[in-house]
Amino acid sequence: MFLGARELLFARGHFSLMGAVVALIALLVVLLSGLSTGLVNDGVSGLQRLPVTAFAFDDDTKTDSAFSRSVVSFDQVADWADQPGVAEAAPFGNALVNGSATGGDGRTVPVDLALFGVPAGSFLAPEPVEGNRLDDGDPAGIVISGTLADQGVRIGDTVVLDRIGTELTVVGTLAEQHTYGHVDVAYVPLATWQEVHAGAGPGDPLREEARSEATAVALLAEDGAQLDPAAGDDAAGTRTLTLEESFGASPGYTAETSTLNLIEGFLYVISALVIGAFFTVWTINRRHELAVIRAMGGTAGYLVRDTVAQAAVVLVLATAVGVLAGLGLGALLAGSSMPFALEAAPVATAAALLVLLGLLGAAAAAVRIARIDPLTALGGQR
Amino acid sequence: MTRGSAALELAHVTLRLGDGDAQVTALDDVTLDVTPGELVAVLGPSGSGKSSLLAVAGGLTRPDEGSVRVGGVDLATASRRELARYRREQVGFVFQSGNLIPALTAVDQLRFALRIAGRRADAAHTPELLLERVGMSARAGHRPHQLSGGERQRVGIARALVTRPSVLLVDEPTAALDRARSREIVALLAQETHEFGVATVMVTHDHDVIGACDRVLEMVDGKLGQVHAHS
Ligand SMILES: Nc1ncnc2c1ncn2[C@@H]1O[C@H](COP(=O)(O)OP(=O)(O)O)[C@@H](O)[C@H]1O
Ligand SMILES: [Mg+2]
Repeated sequence: MFLGARELLFARGHFSLMGAVVALIALLVVLLSGLSTGLVNDGVSGLQRLPVTAFAFDDDTKTDSAFSRSVVSFDQVADWADQPGVAEAAPFGNALVNGSATGGDGRTVPVDLALFGVPAGSFLAPEPVEGNRLDDGDPAGIVISGTLADQGVRIGDTVVLDRIGTELTVVGTLAEQHTYGHVDVAYVPLATWQEVHAGAGPGDPLREEARSEATAVALLAEDGAQLDPAAGDDAAGTRTLTLEESFGASPGYTAETSTLNLIEGFLYVISALVIGAFFTVWTINRRHELAVIRAMGGTAGYLVRDTVAQAAVVLVLATAVGVLAGLGLGALLAGSSMPFALEAAPVATAAALLVLLGLLGAAAAAVRIARIDPLTALGGQR
Repeated sequence: MTRGSAALELAHVTLRLGDGDAQVTALDDVTLDVTPGELVAVLGPSGSGKSSLLAVAGGLTRPDEGSVRVGGVDLATASRRELARYRREQVGFVFQSGNLIPALTAVDQLRFALRIAGRRADAAHTPELLLERVGMSARAGHRPHQLSGGERQRVGIARALVTRPSVLLVDEPTAALDRARSREIVALLAQETHEFGVATVMVTHDHDVIGACDRVLEMVDGKLGQVHAHS
């Protein structure tokens, strides 16, 4: 990059300007990525952390409302348990509730909860970092998300659900964030979930069928085995979504992630276009000297490589600056109440994509070099 | 001078430019031999075909008829790739007003030329020594915009010679210079042509500078001939 490097120094004003644009785009992409990860965590981290391969919902529920509308029976759970390749099948209950938590100090705070009803002895029951596991013998005992514990809800605190008045007691807390639909997850014994789901408070009668119902069948495939959703769905009268697909059933998840992905995608395209435009102008400005170099016997390939290498230097530097600034700003945001979480993989992928698409833009512009006629080096400014 | 000793041989070269009604015969049956160490001046008014002559001799374009032989190879039938290689390895161009690369210092102009040619400088002709030969040592670290017209031409001449070409093609080197500077530049070209044993063709419309040349030809409407008495 003999020429390219010297041009970077000579035209540093030009290149800094373009670098600044790329750095700002990189900063924005990092922030979007953090927001995206944060929203995904808030939306579905409770599902992500389940040891589940797929959920089988009632046959005729739509994906976007599957967790709120679907009802399956224990018969369907049993049908699935008999399917080949299924290591575990258990009923899983999901319900969004409001309530208030009262601590030992008598202070009461409102809480929004996603109740995950699971059989206490099943593979779905989580391992608390503090306190006890779920226990079917203690139907009021719940295990709460680490994020709820961070807000000051403690083991021994009481949670009273609005309207129906069910009283629950925190018996254990989880290490990490477990949220669903932007609210904290609380695991409850399935029997308790069935009452809450049916709207039955303490002492209220419960329909007989409600005792053998849940939202979906949670499925875990055997190691190395593949589930056969079609066969299982036929046998059990269900519709199976992979864990990943079931995220779409979390409230707002699809709309949020697709909006952010769209914006991020636009940023990549804008970045590639900006760089393409910059290098197009840069090439046109230099066409006379490029013609001179071609007249001296320099090949178009050599000049294109030199220009793309030049672009790579600017892109990598500018992206690094933008990403660092984004990480710094992100560290501030992560401490706030915004759903924001930076993870290495999506940030690295975003940075790599920016550089790659920028190079593509520069290369597309540099192709012009091949069309420069060395003959134009002779004579005046012809 | 026998024909066989010529470094550059153009025989019955015709070049037509443009198409249809706009077509012009830029070179019309041009024959020219230049021997190593000879500086040939080609005089002619604007539009007479001087640049076209350099383009054909320098492998920038192929003639429609005739042959252009350098070191026994005919450029008229060479591929584009072969032409580029010929330009890299055998030709030095000196352009009107220098045509230096704005981002490069004087010494880097020469280093870059070597790089393009894929050559290493021999010890007697390093970029530094060549800049010294053309009187530009003190300005080696300057970029073109920091140099005067004459200084740019000196760097341009050094850049053309650093790859040790066998053919030196010079396009109106004094177009942007005053009379005294023009004479200096042509004298320098003559000196280096003899020193390097390069076959040099310099085209110009400046009658004033031909005193230092070994041979002067005249170009009129694409035809190359002897100089008429009036000049
Ligand atoms: N690309 C071109 N297409 C058509 N005609 C051209 C082109 N380039 C030059 N010419 C014509 O060819 C003739 C010779 O041009 P040129 O070799 O540049 O002359 P000079 O260098 O002596 O001014 C002129 O009549 C010019 O107008
Ligand atoms: Mg000309």
